[in-house]
Amino acid sequence: MNAMTEIDAGVLQVRDLRVELPGQVDVVSGISFSLAAGEILGLVGESGSGKTTLATALLAHARRGARIVGGQVHVGDQALLSLEGEALRRARGSLIGYVAQDPATALNPALRIGHLLRETLAAHPSGLDREAQQQRLIETLRDVGLPDDHGFLRRFPHQLSGGQQQRVMLALAFVLRPRLIVLDEPTTALDVSTQAHILATLRRLCKSQGVAAVYVSHDLAVIKDLVDRVMVMYAGRIVETATRDELFSRPSHPYTRGLLAAIPDVAGRRELTAIAGHAPAPGRRPQGCSFGPRCERFTAGCAVAEPLLQMNAAGRGVACLAPHDQALQVKALAPIAALKGRVELPLLSVSGLNVAYDRQVLFDVSLQVQPGECLAIVGESGSGKTSLARAIAGLGENAEGALDYAGRHLPLHARQRDAGLRHQIQYIFQNPYRALNPRQTVYQTLSAPLAHFFGVKGAPARERVEAVLKRVSLPGSVAGLYPHSLSGGERQRVAIARALLCEPRLLICDEITSALDVSVQASILDLLRQLQREGLTMLFVTHDLGVVRAIADRVLVLKVGRVVEQGAVDDVLDHPQAVYTRTLLEHSPSLR
Amino acid sequence: MSARRWLAEPQTRKGALITLLVVVVALLGPWLAPHGSTDMVGPVYGAPAGDAWLGYDFLGHDVLSRLLSGGLSVLWMSVAAASIALAVGTTLGLLAGLSRRRLDQFITWSADVSLAFPDLILVLLIVSMLGRAPWLIVLTVSIAFIPGVIRLTRASAVAVAGQEFVEAAQMMGYSRRRILFKEILPNILTPLLVHFGNMLTWGVGMLSGLSFLGYGVAPPTADWGLMINENQAGLLVQPWAVLAPAVLIGVFAYGTNILAEGIGRSSARLGDRQA
Repeated sequence: MNAMTEIDAGVLQVRDLRVELPGQVDVVSGISFSLAAGEILGLVGESGSGKTTLATALLAHARRGARIVGGQVHVGDQALLSLEGEALRRARGSLIGYVAQDPATALNPALRIGHLLRETLAAHPSGLDREAQQQRLIETLRDVGLPDDHGFLRRFPHQLSGGQQQRVMLALAFVLRPRLIVLDEPTTALDVSTQAHILATLRRLCKSQGVAAVYVSHDLAVIKDLVDRVMVMYAGRIVETATRDELFSRPSHPYTRGLLAAIPDVAGRRELTAIAGHAPAPGRRPQGCSFGPRCERFTAGCAVAEPLLQMNAAGRGVACLAPHDQALQVKALAPIAALKGRVELPLLSVSGLNVAYDRQVLFDVSLQVQPGECLAIVGESGSGKTSLARAIAGLGENAEGALDYAGRHLPLHARQRDAGLRHQIQYIFQNPYRALNPRQTVYQTLSAPLAHFFGVKGAPARERVEAVLKRVSLPGSVAGLYPHSLSGGERQRVAIARALLCEPRLLICDEITSALDVSVQASILDLLRQLQREGLTMLFVTHDLGVVRAIADRVLVLKVGRVVEQGAVDDVLDHPQAVYTRTLLEHSPSLR
Repeated sequence: MSARRWLAEPQTRKGALITLLVVVVALLGPWLAPHGSTDMVGPVYGAPAGDAWLGYDFLGHDVLSRLLSGGLSVLWMSVAAASIALAVGTTLGLLAGLSRRRLDQFITWSADVSLAFPDLILVLLIVSMLGRAPWLIVLTVSIAFIPGVIRLTRASAVAVAGQEFVEAAQMMGYSRRRILFKEILPNILTPLLVHFGNMLTWGVGMLSGLSFLGYGVAPPTADWGLMINENQAGLLVQPWAVLAPAVLIGVFAYGTNILAEGIGRSSARLGDRQA
């Protein structure tokens, strides 16, 4: 950690920062780093790693219950943690800007955009007169790529798109010309092309204005083109820090390598390896290295003492006793079901499907799914991909068109379908937190469809539940638990188990990994590939082309309710025909 | 498992203890009373003395004896009224929340109309028209409570019905009854229980109010509400005859309130950790 002092004093200096929960349980601890003007730092970690806690601590803020108990944060020559009250309020905003994750909830819906910006300027002494303020405002709007006309300033946040809202957040952060900006996953809710534009804007602004930035993200691929340096967090500690090029070409810490190996890449099909086990909760960290129990290089020495972050002269640091020094090897992977030619009878065929709510969301969509294949449906938000999946599942409303399943007519509403059709077509929801009844144990949730469809109860039901839990790699003891004591990935496994118990032939997955950490996503994708090898047909809805490459045989690209392109995955992703597909591909984050 | 979870919350334990205290007084009181509740044993509005700690009331009854005997009626009536309201209101509210437009509109509209009518006036109206038999009073008080339960149930049910696990159940083809009572009801039980606690409080208040206005329990029966009514004329001479029952009603209301809040809190804490 001494190496930190050798880096010349920059915009941000953090030393030995420690945030605790009651009972002296540390959420983050021993954090020291510094940032130069214009430098962009990527702060990467999975949920629970303490990255958001650290990000807000840079603004001298701790969430309810937590407390910043030690260390220093200097922005310029201002010691932030010693500020209080009015002085602290002024420092936030004028010295450090903050951009929150979800602009839809971060912007006050009752105030117009112009009002929001002017209010921000007025709340801080900028020494600008009215004229200059207006000038600053217009300049900032142009900088972030927003229109600066009067009409735009009169709009309310809900009248803007998600991308525009996030640009307004950027404008609010940049309008005071701070020295540092902290961004907490600002693009997770956005489409890939919007995300790419926002990231480009951010980089340009930071470089041109000399503003340092801390960009928090759970996804290494997203930040690859944005940041200058990366800091990887695990269990509240920095486990690796390196320049971008070094980190991506030669990741040292086993956890960093695990993260990189778990990300599906749009550029090429590769084997995804999940990191086994869970990250420890604060207060339950193991003796020694926190990552030890999940590490394949674990030795007895790792359990003795926590490895310190060892900095080398080049400013690279690793907290590991046995860091890697080789590039990461990725195994290429062949497609799963090499479908040769057309099968006579498609398992599912959709023809002329139209869905309209207050406006039409699907226009005359037709598709076919062959038995045993995985068809990915790709599109940005508003493309109608979820409406399509729901209509096939029988959950859609206002749908028109013809569905055929294994040569039989398939009614559009689930309640008009007979039990045979209902158990053969299963749907897995995007949000694992709402897909399971919180008041039923896993066993209750899983045994209900058994009794309902097959009349299986009692001991045979228990046996089947145990078997299916094993199949989705969950311990049998999970059966007695309620969903709230399961992690997101475990819940999604239970949801998959529920679908499997119905003995489905067609599994519809609606963005089922988008709410999960990358390492968890890798393990779920692995499970799905396994199921596919066992002969399950899948319809996989996603916005992530990397996931498409990892799991699908064929892909169908939707744009505002219309099919723009479809074909075998490698054909479409390597030689896209439609302009839209090409744009999507261009903007998709990739590790290469 | 729910009860244990609720009791883990200190607020619940405190509320349960206070409520239980009043209930025990009301239940065991009649046996502990030194005199019969209708025996005239002392001077009218006689001050507290060695053998009558709370003095005597407007007819010379022992206030302590009447206090110990007068809790049962108000407690059982409020519990009965709240329970009936909960059972009927929950069923109607669930039906409204999950049904197609017309039934929903009818139930919600009826509830709204009766909500617009002040509770106490409604109860007074019915009681003065139909008489003051205890079961009738219980029924009318519960009728006053039902619209609130319907609104609460419907609102909570609609929020839960939009969640994916309910859609999953619909897709499986589970029956509507099963979806209502197995998937949705357990998830809205917490606000309903909190509301039940509130209804107990309001019930005690309303029943005492009715007695106070002369429409509740008929004299000479001992009843906390009635005691306040009977002895108001002597408030300055012998305040204990009014204060003692008022304090017990207040303590009971406080206890059930805290209990309800504790249950709400412990469940909120266990609510879903969202990503």
